Amino acid sequence: MNAWIERQRGLIDFSVANLGRRRGRNLGLFLAYTLLVFLLASVVLYGDALRREARLLLADAPELVVQRLTAGRHDLLPAAWLQQLQGVRGVRAAEGRLWGYYYDAAVSANITMQVQSEDPPAPGQALIGAALARARGLNVGDVLSLRAFDGTPYAFTLTGVLEAESELVSADLMLVNAADFRAFFGIETDRFTDIALRVGNQNEVRKVAEKVLARLPGARVIARDEMRRTYEAAFNWRQGVLLTFLSTLMAAFALLAWDKASGLSAEERREIGILKALGWDTGDVLRMKLWEGALVSIGAFLAGYVLAWLHVFYADAPLFTAVLKGWSVLYPQFALAPRVDVAQIATLFFLTVLPFVVATIVPVWRASTLDPDAVMRE
Amino acid sequence: MIFQPAALALLLAASLNALLLAGSGVFALYLLKHWNSASGGERQIALERRTYLVSTLIGLSLLMGLPALALFVHNADAMAPFFTGAMCAVGSLKANDWGMPALLVMLAGFFVSAAWLVLNHLDSRGWDTPLIRAKYRLLLLLAPLALAQAVFLWLYYLKLNPEVITSCCGSLFGPDSGGVAAEMAALPMSIAMPLFFVGWLLTLAVGAVFIFRARFGRLFGVLAMLHFPLALAAIVAFIAPYIYEQPNHHCPFCLLQAEHGYAGWVLYLPLFLGAAAGIGAGLADSVRTESLAAAAPRLAASLAKVAVIALAVFGLLVLFYMQRSNLVM
Repeated sequence: MNAWIERQRGLIDFSVANLGRRRGRNLGLFLAYTLLVFLLASVVLYGDALRREARLLLADAPELVVQRLTAGRHDLLPAAWLQQLQGVRGVRAAEGRLWGYYYDAAVSANITMQVQSEDPPAPGQALIGAALARARGLNVGDVLSLRAFDGTPYAFTLTGVLEAESELVSADLMLVNAADFRAFFGIETDRFTDIALRVGNQNEVRKVAEKVLARLPGARVIARDEMRRTYEAAFNWRQGVLLTFLSTLMAAFALLAWDKASGLSAEERREIGILKALGWDTGDVLRMKLWEGALVSIGAFLAGYVLAWLHVFYADAPLFTAVLKGWSVLYPQFALAPRVDVAQIATLFFLTVLPFVVATIVPVWRASTLDPDAVMRE
Repeated sequence: MIFQPAALALLLAASLNALLLAGSGVFALYLLKHWNSASGGERQIALERRTYLVSTLIGLSLLMGLPALALFVHNADAMAPFFTGAMCAVGSLKANDWGMPALLVMLAGFFVSAAWLVLNHLDSRGWDTPLIRAKYRLLLLLAPLALAQAVFLWLYYLKLNPEVITSCCGSLFGPDSGGVAAEMAALPMSIAMPLFFVGWLLTLAVGAVFIFRARFGRLFGVLAMLHFPLALAAIVAFIAPYIYEQPNHHCPFCLLQAEHGYAGWVLYLPLFLGAAAGIGAGLADSVRTESLAAAAPRLAASLAKVAVIALAVFGLLVLFYMQRSNLVM
């Protein structure tokens, strides 16, 4: 075993010296390699972090949401439904919710206006999301005047700005009181936007949903699991699309690696010839060449991964934000929680290092089977 | 189709692996037909040179195989929320007909390529490459496995249909699929436990006899190979319930999750290593060639040491988990 390790150490030493001697050539390859890892790792790291964020948010969401559909469109539902649903066995709590969108011409963006059920702001007061506050230049105590459904101005006094921790959902959020909400949008007192159902036993969620549908055939029931799946699928899909585009880059890089590995200079051929004449066998030369590739790969992978890490978690991933996060005018600004995941690293390794190894393996073998006699005669 | 970085990575790896091994398989046919170590002709020299490429490729394939297997199972576990009723990897793997075959072929591929590398290593020790035909015959088994693995993986990922809300159709709420049965058939514990421990001790004892007395090497290889399915059955039957502290939870995949302290990874790694090394030891011991008279027993003994240590660690870990568990059965 020790002899084996010593041998590999010797080969690594030799490979490092070899790489150093052809610095210019290897540096080009190294930079292209690092760039490839950087791009792919940014996509994977960023998408995974967003997915994790969405998962955390949905953890507190109600198990079921019931909406009313009229002619296939989401409609306000009558308060009578609430009583009906409270009677369904398995439902721990049913709550009528009020929320809606308001187009704010001043910042050309949609505001999500929502009624806070617990501890709502006093009449005439509101809490707003940090991104909205930034866009409007508002601070606590300022008055935000918006046009109500009938065109009359409606003033809200700001009593607070929502914490930045939840900015993924709260960026464009405005929390108001139920009476203000109804007056602002002109909604009657016996109407709700939808109903949130809390189900105590997770195993009963499907059954409860079926019961709801049986009682209210015109309803649409959305389960939290379905929402989670949809989020995951959306982020997965975006990641996948980006990776598919970047795969052209991968192919180009593999071609570059193949070209570099197969175009041996006369000097390198001579070198291999001399090594073999000195007693190296084909296996030794092969191992030396493979070590060269492995060293370049490990270096480029580490460099690319670290750069992607900085790009995503410290610079907010400017390259991919628009594609991965979705499109919205009021972008939330939030710090993603950095995390290392072994599966993620394995994924990246397969996507970047494997094409390189496969592209170079045949040229490397060809180089190592050169005939010393023929090479030295050249 | 599930569009996911890990799935794309696995498909890429499996496709490249299949491509490389299919090429090697074609070469194996050619080699078996034309190999003649007595000849110094041009064709023979070209063949000899090419064998270096093939052994490098299969080394690479093995190197990829284990991480790919781990990533596949881990990813199946991560995909579970996509399928109604799926709690862990089993649910995802059973979401269509191709998940389980893909997993089994990956397992088989891992052990066959490990065996191949043992033969290859021995072959390179003998001056007359005595095992060349045997190892290229084995390659003829390995290449179709790699192809099957790629095909199954493609079918599996292409045919996966995550149940998601598609635009406004949430009210459909999916037909009741009855949930995926996560419970696997399990042997009764009163049979499984003694069976496993007797099998384990027997394997270790034969391994020790082989290491110290150089006898029963082939038997040890066979036992190490049989120990693998036995250990898997034992995990399903009683080891997993002990770790979950729940008599009805038998799943061998949930063990891989963080909630159970990654016990699965801790158990499976020595188990795989032990099985692969044990099979290798048996193979190396059954080689009877003059040119390998010294090298083959030496390799067999060192592989057997690795196998015995790994299997002992596995069994002790099982005992540790049972000891720590609050489950009383």
